[in-house]
Amino acid sequence: MTSSAAGRRRREALQGWMLLLPAVLIMLVFTVYPVFRSGYLSLFKYRMGKIPEYIGFGNFEQLFGNSTFWKVMRNTLEFALMTVIPSMILGLCLAFLVNRKGRHIGFIRSAFFYPSVMPMIAIASVWMFIYMARNGLFDQLLVSFGLQPANVLSNKDTVLPAMAVMYVWREAGYLMVFFLSGIQSINQDVLEAAAIDGATGWKTFRYVTLPLLAPTTLFVSTIAFTNCFKLADQVIIMTEGAPNNASSLLLYYIYQQGFTNMNYGRSSALTVIMLLLLMVFSLPRFFSQDRKIHYN
Amino acid sequence: MKKILSTILVLSMLLSLLAMPALAADPLELTMFFPVNVGGSVAQLIDDMTTEFNKQNPDIQVKAVYTGNYDDTVTAIQTAIGTSGQPDLFVSLATQRFTMDDTGMAMALDDIIANDPEGQAFVDDFIDGFMLDSYVEGGRIISIPFQRSTMVMFYNKDAFREVGLDPEQPPKNWTELVDYATKLTNDKRYGVAIALNSGSAQWAFTGFSLQNCTNGVGLMSGDGKEVYFNTPENVEALQLWLDLQNKYKCMAPGIVQWTDMPTQFLAGEVAMIYHTTGNLTNIRNNANFDFGVCFLPAGRQWGAPTGGGNFYITKGISEERQQAAWKYIKFMCSTENAAQWSINTGYVATRESCYETEVLKDYYASFPQALVAYEQLPYAQPELTTYNAAEMWRILNDNIQAAVTGEMTAEEALAAAQEQGDELLADYQ
Repeated sequence: MTSSAAGRRRREALQGWMLLLPAVLIMLVFTVYPVFRSGYLSLFKYRMGKIPEYIGFGNFEQLFGNSTFWKVMRNTLEFALMTVIPSMILGLCLAFLVNRKGRHIGFIRSAFFYPSVMPMIAIASVWMFIYMARNGLFDQLLVSFGLQPANVLSNKDTVLPAMAVMYVWREAGYLMVFFLSGIQSINQDVLEAAAIDGATGWKTFRYVTLPLLAPTTLFVSTIAFTNCFKLADQVIIMTEGAPNNASSLLLYYIYQQGFTNMNYGRSSALTVIMLLLLMVFSLPRFFSQDRKIHYN
Repeated sequence: MKKILSTILVLSMLLSLLAMPALAADPLELTMFFPVNVGGSVAQLIDDMTTEFNKQNPDIQVKAVYTGNYDDTVTAIQTAIGTSGQPDLFVSLATQRFTMDDTGMAMALDDIIANDPEGQAFVDDFIDGFMLDSYVEGGRIISIPFQRSTMVMFYNKDAFREVGLDPEQPPKNWTELVDYATKLTNDKRYGVAIALNSGSAQWAFTGFSLQNCTNGVGLMSGDGKEVYFNTPENVEALQLWLDLQNKYKCMAPGIVQWTDMPTQFLAGEVAMIYHTTGNLTNIRNNANFDFGVCFLPAGRQWGAPTGGGNFYITKGISEERQQAAWKYIKFMCSTENAAQWSINTGYVATRESCYETEVLKDYYASFPQALVAYEQLPYAQPELTTYNAAEMWRILNDNIQAAVTGEMTAEEALAAAQEQGDELLADYQ
């Protein structure tokens, strides 16, 4: 009796593992192995066509002593600050805006979502026309107000904000979808109860809707953070990090070190730094906020 | 409906299987990677020429694969080499030659040339200014010039007339450059433009360095192992750029993009631009004013950078493939093809014998502006070329930009570039 129960459990366990196997294999080959391989290569001085030479933490020491590296790190954090919260707020507003029934609501929702399914190359090309020096839409607008053209992409102080604006525009529609599904899954009874108690507009939003959206918000914030660290294509197309690396972001820097400079050791070291950074940003948030969130 | 479709699909697949052996003794299939840096029609031209080659050589089938711009192509080659999808030959920047040799991506061509009865004559016919950057350590030849360009100045003759300058006398030296540019500047127009974005600034700066240098070589040693960024002459050259922007205010402040410049020139927003000969056809077709092409204004002497792409053969492919690739290169660079290629694209014809052909003679007779680039070639030298060239470009570009955006002075910027450059080349000393 007991032995057959144990046998059944073993069979079930085996079956479970068999079902997991494809996913686990893909994870191992395309995620786990590259992570460890990067970690390993980060300890070598290794350029294309050369024999790797073990140098311990030499790559990291070089990076930490390199002013460009620190500039890139600062840019990456500034970019995160400029984009994550604005795109979340905008996404939330858009979600409320389109959370209604109507004849064309499907079209409007798709319109807001559209930028995030468009390829980054197309988006960046369009925005380059907007930001183009003097003949671009933005500079023309300034000129029509009697101001000097700004040539925002070539100015070290404006290039990052300019790229952030474009990124927020693109990302907000994507985050909107998560907020929308979060709003729609809120139990209507709760809102009715609040209405009966006399709560209206802002109060309902502040004390009922927002707290109930907390799980969605946590999820969205994690996505928003990791997404903005994963940005490279926009930089490649729009500025290549110019002027003087004022718009270089971490992933672009990794790409540049690995594929343009063919310095695999250094790009692996940078990858390790990026992985650590992502862990630092996602793990504590997850653990600390997990308990305070109201799951309904 | 679906059934019919799938039947057709299956049938056509079967038919194609049947057809395969009919294609005669399987030709040798070669793959070539090539970049396009100036515009769409160039890819079509390469396809057409390759088709012609395949027709003339039924035993060889070359497949030309467009792989983006120069940077993308290097990335594509780098990731493909050593796999079954590796190219047999490719077009890459002449400035990549030390890196191509050092990383073992491309092979030296000396044996192939020696074994080919026409080999030496073929190589000798290339214009010296272009052949200069085909050599690597030990005097080996690693590449053959193909899509080569040089920098010239385009100027708006109507604007010259408007401010009382002689349209047939473009600026000959830096003093005149400053003088004319200042006169040509008004509310709606800047006098002069030089592209300062990453990937372009180093090209123009090579020219200014050659014009002002006293060492005869400008920015680097011929073996690609040393750079001379922080010489007083180079500081002077960079200071001139800053002065054009900030002191004389005759060049737009900040960083003007390479790709925006022709548009601005054609719109009459800038009177003189430093740009590639590759843009000649574009400007000729779209300018609604009288324009001229001239030498880059001299400093201590005339000087201009060459640039563009060469053919390389991948290291480690079979002897048979090497020979086929070499045959293809000789075809693409034949006197007639090189001349026609120059007319169709605006790139400079790479061989002396091209200039004897009727097509090219007729072309220059009808369009004398095109000849300026050729006449300037004796004063031209390769652009910044060292080991780890891509990274070296970046170092110079970043620091030039730091000076342009006011983070550093010209002297500080070039000193920083020198320090970083030395560090990058330390392994090769």
